[in-house]
Amino acid sequence: MKIVVCIKQISDPEYFSQITLDPVTGSIQRDKIPAILNPLDENALEEGLRIKEQFSGELTVVTMGPPGAREVLDWALAMGADEAVLLSDRAFAGADTLATAYTLAEYLKTVEPDVVLCGNQTEDGATAQVAPQIAEFLNIPHVTSVGKVEFLDENTLTAIQDIEYGGYLKVKVKLPALLAVIKGINEVRDITAEGIMNASDKEFKTLGAADLETDPARVGNNGSPTKVVGTYKQEIDRQKEILTGTQEEIAAKFLQKILDANIS
Amino acid sequence: MSNNNNIWVWIEQRNGKLMDVSLQTLGKGIELAENLAGKVAAVLIGDNVENLAKEIIGYGADNVYLVSDTSLKLYQSRAYTRIISELIALHKPDIMLMGASNIGVDLAPAVAARVKTGLTAHCSDLQIETIDGKQQLVATIPGFSGGMIVKIAWNDIKPWMATVSSGVAEKPGFDENKQGSVIKVDYEAMDEDLQIQTVEMIEKEPASMPVEGAAVVVSAGKGVKSKEEFKLIQDLAEALGAAVGGTRPARDAEWVTNDNLIGSSGKTISPKLFISIGASGAAHYTTGFMKAKYIIALDKDPSAPIFDMCDLGIQADLNEILPRLLEQLKTS
Repeated sequence: MKIVVCIKQISDPEYFSQITLDPVTGSIQRDKIPAILNPLDENALEEGLRIKEQFSGELTVVTMGPPGAREVLDWALAMGADEAVLLSDRAFAGADTLATAYTLAEYLKTVEPDVVLCGNQTEDGATAQVAPQIAEFLNIPHVTSVGKVEFLDENTLTAIQDIEYGGYLKVKVKLPALLAVIKGINEVRDITAEGIMNASDKEFKTLGAADLETDPARVGNNGSPTKVVGTYKQEIDRQKEILTGTQEEIAAKFLQKILDANIS
Repeated sequence: MSNNNNIWVWIEQRNGKLMDVSLQTLGKGIELAENLAGKVAAVLIGDNVENLAKEIIGYGADNVYLVSDTSLKLYQSRAYTRIISELIALHKPDIMLMGASNIGVDLAPAVAARVKTGLTAHCSDLQIETIDGKQQLVATIPGFSGGMIVKIAWNDIKPWMATVSSGVAEKPGFDENKQGSVIKVDYEAMDEDLQIQTVEMIEKEPASMPVEGAAVVVSAGKGVKSKEEFKLIQDLAEALGAAVGGTRPARDAEWVTNDNLIGSSGKTISPKLFISIGASGAAHYTTGFMKAKYIIALDKDPSAPIFDMCDLGIQADLNEILPRLLEQLKTS
C-alpha cells in the first residue's frame, strides 16, 4: 500500500502551547519557532501510519512551502513516516488553493498512491479546499470530514463523513482515494526518542518546478484565479462601555444589561 | 461580465427538505442579481424532488435545473461534481454559489477544480464592485490579526465561485405566486460516478442547542481554563436559555463541538445577545458574531482587543463575576 500524507506548516501562536514533546527529546524545540504543523495533519499522519501498520507499505509525507517548512517534515519522519518530500520553488509562491492543489497533484501523479490523506482544513486559511481539489486533479474520489475509516479489503473502504450535529454519511470508496480527516478520527501517538533518532536516516528530498515539470501558468501567483485586492480595518461601531464598581455591583449591572438586551 | 449575468446557486436538499444555508445563499444570489440586473438559477439534485424545485422558485429563483434520479437521493460526490461541472460547461454561468454545509464544502472545491476556476471559502460578505472599470465580484474574508478584513476578487475565468457560511445572508421571503421555470436535466450514471457511493445518511437532532438561530449565545474562550470554569458558562447559558459556543481552544478542550465553534472556520451568527467570556478577540473569532445586536465581553486582560468590539466590557476574573451573576439571576 502506497500512502501519502499531505501536511502544512502554519503560523498560529494559539497552538504553540499545544505542542508537547517528550522532555528526553530536547532536540526538537518548537517554542522559539513561529510555526507549527497544522494540528489536523497530525491526525492525517496518524491515520496513515495505522493503515500502513494494517497492510504494510510505504508512507511518504509531502508539503509545499518555503525551505523552512522542512521542520514539519522532520516532525513527521520522527512520528514514523518513511520518506519526506518538500515541494519548494519561488515559482510556487503566492498560490491560492487551486494552484496549491495542482502542484501537490503533479507530485502525487509521480507516486501513484493508493491512499492520500490530508487534514480536513488548516487552522490558518481554513478553506478546506485543497484536499478535494487534489483528488479532482488526480481524478480519484475523495471524502472530507472523515471521522472513521474501515477497510473492507485492500481496495475498498468505508468512511464516515461528519455532516454536523452528530449526523453522518456512510461512504463506500474504491481505492485509490483521498481522505480528509477530522480530529475525532484517532488519538495521535507521541513522538519517541527512537523515532527522532531514526528520522535522520530517512530519505528527504526537495523538488522544484523543473523536477515536477509543472505548467508555469498553473503554479504560484500565476496559476491562482483568486487574488487579494485589498485589506481594510474592520469598522466597529459599538458602545464600548466598560463596567466599574465592586464585583457585586458589576454583576448587578451585567445582569441588568443581559435583561435589557434580551427583551429589547 | 457577460450580458446575461447569470448567477447560480446549488441548493442542497436532505431527505426532501431544503437546507437553510442553501436558501440563505440563494438570498445572497438574488441580491447580487439585483445589483447586476441578472438572473438567478438554482441547481437541485436528488430523487423525486420536483416539489422542491417549485419551492425554490417561490423563494425567488428564476430557473431551477432539476436533476432527478433514484441513485442521486443522497449526496454522491463524484456524480454531483460531474453533473454540476457539465451544467456549468454547457450554460456558462458568471457566478456559482454554494452554502457552506459540510457537504457543500466537500462539493464546491471539486467542482471548482474540475472547471478550473477560482473558489473562495466562507466569505463574510459578497458584493459587486467596480474595479478598473469592470464589475467584479468581491468577497470579504476576515484577516488573521488586528481586525483586518481581506478583500478577494477573481480573475477573468468564470464562473466566480464561492461558498457562503450559514448566517451570512438572509433566507429570502416565500412567494407562492412567483413564476419561474423548472428545467429537467437527464442523468445517466457513468463508471466514474460509482467509484464512491454514499450508502447511508444518518441525520440527528443536535445534542445541545445549536448556536445558529439562538437568540442568546454564551461563548467560551481560551481564558476558560478548567471544567469548573466552563460549568459556570453552561450554568449561565442554561439560566438564560442560551446556546453555548466557543473558540478553537474551547473546541479543542472538547467543551464545545465543532458544530458550535464560533468564527471563520466555524459559525457566523447574529443573535440578539452575544456574551463572550475569556476570549481576547482574535479576528477569526470575532468575525463570527460581528452582526450580533448586543455584545457583552468578559475578560481578565483590560488590553484585550475584544473590549474595542463590544457594547459592554467587563474587565474581571470570570470566577469573581459569574457566580455572583448566577446568584442574582436566581433571585431576579
